[in-house]
Amino acid sequence: MKKLVLIGNGMAGVRTIEEILKKDTESWEITIFGSEPYPNYNRILLSSVLQGDSSVDDIVLNDFDWYTKHGIILHSGDEVQRVDTEKQVVYSSKGVEASYDKLIFATGSDPFMLPVDGADKEGVIAFRDIKDCEEMISTSKKYKKAVVIGGGLLGLEAARGLLNLNMEVDVVHIHNYLMERQLDEPAAGMLQEELEKQGMNFLMEKETLKIRGKKRASGLLFKDGSSVEADLVVMAVGIKPNVSLARETGLEVERAIVVDDYMQTSAPNVYAVGECVQHREMVYGLVAPLYEQGKVLAEHVTGEKEPKGYEGTLLYTQLKVSGVDVFSAGEFTDKADTKAIRVHDEFEGLYKKVVVRDNKVIGSVLFGDTSDSPRLLDMMKSGQDISEMNKVAILPSEERGENLESPVIAMADTETICGCNGVCKGDITAAIKDQELSSVQEVTQNTNAGRSCGGCKPLVSDLLEHTLGEAFSEADQKQPVCACTTHTHEEVQAEIKSKKLTLVREVMNVMGWENEEGCPSCRPAINYYIGLFWPEEAEDDANSRFINERVHANIQNDGTFSVVPRMYGGVTNPEELRKIADTADKYNVKMVKVTGGQRLDLLGVNKEDLPKIWEDLDMPSGHAYGKAVRTVKTCVGQDFCRFGTQDSIQMGIDIEKKFQGLQTPHKVKMAVSACPRNCAESGIKDIGVVGLQGAWEMYVGGNGGVDLRGGDLLCTVHTDEELMEMIGAYMQYYRETARYLERTSHWLERVGLDHVKSILVEDAEQRRELNSRVETALSTFNEPWQQIIESGKIKQDYYEVKVTS
Amino acid sequence: MQETVNKVFAGPVEDFPIKISKEVVTGDLKLAVFRLSEDEFYTIKNECPHKKGPLVEGMISGQHVFCPLHNWKIDVTDGQVQAPDEGCVQTYRTEVVGKNVFVTI
Repeated sequence: MKKLVLIGNGMAGVRTIEEILKKDTESWEITIFGSEPYPNYNRILLSSVLQGDSSVDDIVLNDFDWYTKHGIILHSGDEVQRVDTEKQVVYSSKGVEASYDKLIFATGSDPFMLPVDGADKEGVIAFRDIKDCEEMISTSKKYKKAVVIGGGLLGLEAARGLLNLNMEVDVVHIHNYLMERQLDEPAAGMLQEELEKQGMNFLMEKETLKIRGKKRASGLLFKDGSSVEADLVVMAVGIKPNVSLARETGLEVERAIVVDDYMQTSAPNVYAVGECVQHREMVYGLVAPLYEQGKVLAEHVTGEKEPKGYEGTLLYTQLKVSGVDVFSAGEFTDKADTKAIRVHDEFEGLYKKVVVRDNKVIGSVLFGDTSDSPRLLDMMKSGQDISEMNKVAILPSEERGENLESPVIAMADTETICGCNGVCKGDITAAIKDQELSSVQEVTQNTNAGRSCGGCKPLVSDLLEHTLGEAFSEADQKQPVCACTTHTHEEVQAEIKSKKLTLVREVMNVMGWENEEGCPSCRPAINYYIGLFWPEEAEDDANSRFINERVHANIQNDGTFSVVPRMYGGVTNPEELRKIADTADKYNVKMVKVTGGQRLDLLGVNKEDLPKIWEDLDMPSGHAYGKAVRTVKTCVGQDFCRFGTQDSIQMGIDIEKKFQGLQTPHKVKMAVSACPRNCAESGIKDIGVVGLQGAWEMYVGGNGGVDLRGGDLLCTVHTDEELMEMIGAYMQYYRETARYLERTSHWLERVGLDHVKSILVEDAEQRRELNSRVETALSTFNEPWQQIIESGKIKQDYYEVKVTS
Repeated sequence: MQETVNKVFAGPVEDFPIKISKEVVTGDLKLAVFRLSEDEFYTIKNECPHKKGPLVEGMISGQHVFCPLHNWKIDVTDGQVQAPDEGCVQTYRTEVVGKNVFVTI
């Protein structure tokens, strides 16, 4: 067995032993010397012992049993006094001699005590070990006033602990702001303000000259002549590597014991690890680098093949003071060759700074919200090039950055997700869990979220995914038409097509609808699909239509209806306008309004008056109520406009006359503009046409509604005939492949522009076939208002109101 | 005090198509009469408890009607609003006497 001796029973040394034992439990006889009478404990958590959050037992990392179990000889409370590097033997103060094959110095560091007059008095202590903690706790029971010298990490943690022990605490700091090694001035200012709120008092830019008192400290005198009373003085101005033994042993020592990348000192078989080490000019005082060193050393000592060696560590700190979130990493000060991204919100007490050099994040300071810290550390460690990134997205907590998690995750439970129905996040997560919901649709049914404009559905979907984890994607892959069935839209379409089903009830029967009566979601969809695939055979089921389509008018919030007569291309004339005005007067129409689609809307009509109004108007239905071709907006074009390059009005009228009333999965709005100024807003229409000199551009998938989307250029054609053929093909392809209630914008995103181009633009045969099918559908068109006027039965069934006394 | 019970004549049976609702107005009261099958009639107040939507315009599915304004689902046989919404609509006794429909208000 080879002999391994460790000097120092602290975190870095014992971690190294753990790493060695992980690799090899057989070969080593291990002896550890430690000056403190404790097993290895977590020094970092001393502040939490002081702050009362942990007991000494809680912070022990390896208890005495651990040493026994691994056959480690522990000499606690015993210090090594001398090392003979030639004979390879160490000698302890209690007379223990131990020979070694490998020796590790892990002597750590000592607190730096200011060499001021009176520093040796009673009541002057450091904050380094369990003994110091115990003294502070006992002092707090007898005395009132504590002064901490040092406004760094350690000093502030000590001060917070002393506050918890009900002492009055002054923090003396030599600089003009706190934690200058970890923070910049704005962050330090916010920290100071927060700590003052917690009860700390700060004496800034004070240099201690003397500690007053007889036997015991009673106060401090500063260089500027001012003074302060103190029963307890805690020095927390820094640490100094404990190198006296190393120096006496003859190891090369500068600020600390000099080691190479494998933690070897200048003497053979002698290594060093931890705070007592100087590696590539750096001396570390934080735990992460020490652990990295321990790992490298263990690899080296156990003879792993060519370990990479230790290359230094990116430093980062998180202050452990309750109620304060501070994070600092890397190079956080501004220099000539650095640039910074800053967020400073004084209202919320947030400060974030990211320092960048050569397009790489090299440092950061966060105050108030440190949730970005793991990601920033990652970016720093990986040296990610951020030149392509949106700089604001680097600090995305407030705004959603690309490729980052959904904003819904960061929302509070009380925040509203569905504004239409007033449903908050908490309601939805509770419903998902309690009702075991797995689809957006189920959430909508149970909570109402997404039941109105549907704009929140992406959020609901994100929330489902977040709440269910992996179960979500599986559950949502196959989205049924509605809760009445497990079949998808595509399955229903295929069944109707292949079995030539022409009745809604028949479809629900054949496909085994669980809710055999269907609902307002599935029945209109089925009715549409039947009309799509069997236009000549299908009998429209009015009772499977939403009220607007059933009575060919738009229901309003008071139960009245609105009437929009068709005006092809948005063009009217005085005679038509007179007729509209007379009719509006006759039926006491509440308002006449110009619509977004360049039409006139007569609002506030009673249902029973609808057929009479239509008769008086003697104009065709504008289909403003339907999942159908709606309007074709036009600009005035070359007839009048000095910029117009095409006859947009005539083109718009022709398109509208040809396609009017065509039933589509969702409404289809069109526009024709005569030049790229685009006065008819062709860029946000389902089909938008823009005239150029001698050509038409056809844009598709635009939407000016809930999800604003600019249209994509499908093609540029040179004749009116080509344009009409392209529109026909596009319309029919949308009709055949979209799900009911899927707008062209969503459909296009789903199937892809390139795919649509490949069918319509690049395949003349398919284009012709689509046109032939759309012609068949158009041939069945019946002007609905006229049909109703002529049918007493429909009038009686759907428009009659019985008045009785 | 004596409560007045009033039986009103809503109309002949053949005026009520199956699975279509018809509005019956009596005085200030607006009713929605549903004929779910040959001889199955129900009457509820023609006013959704949510935003007063005219239930007579709703789509009918089985014994439920869906309000045309915001899709609330209401059982026409007992007036109960279905989850996740809550509430109820006044119901009225409806009977067929001979070939005529009467509603008790």
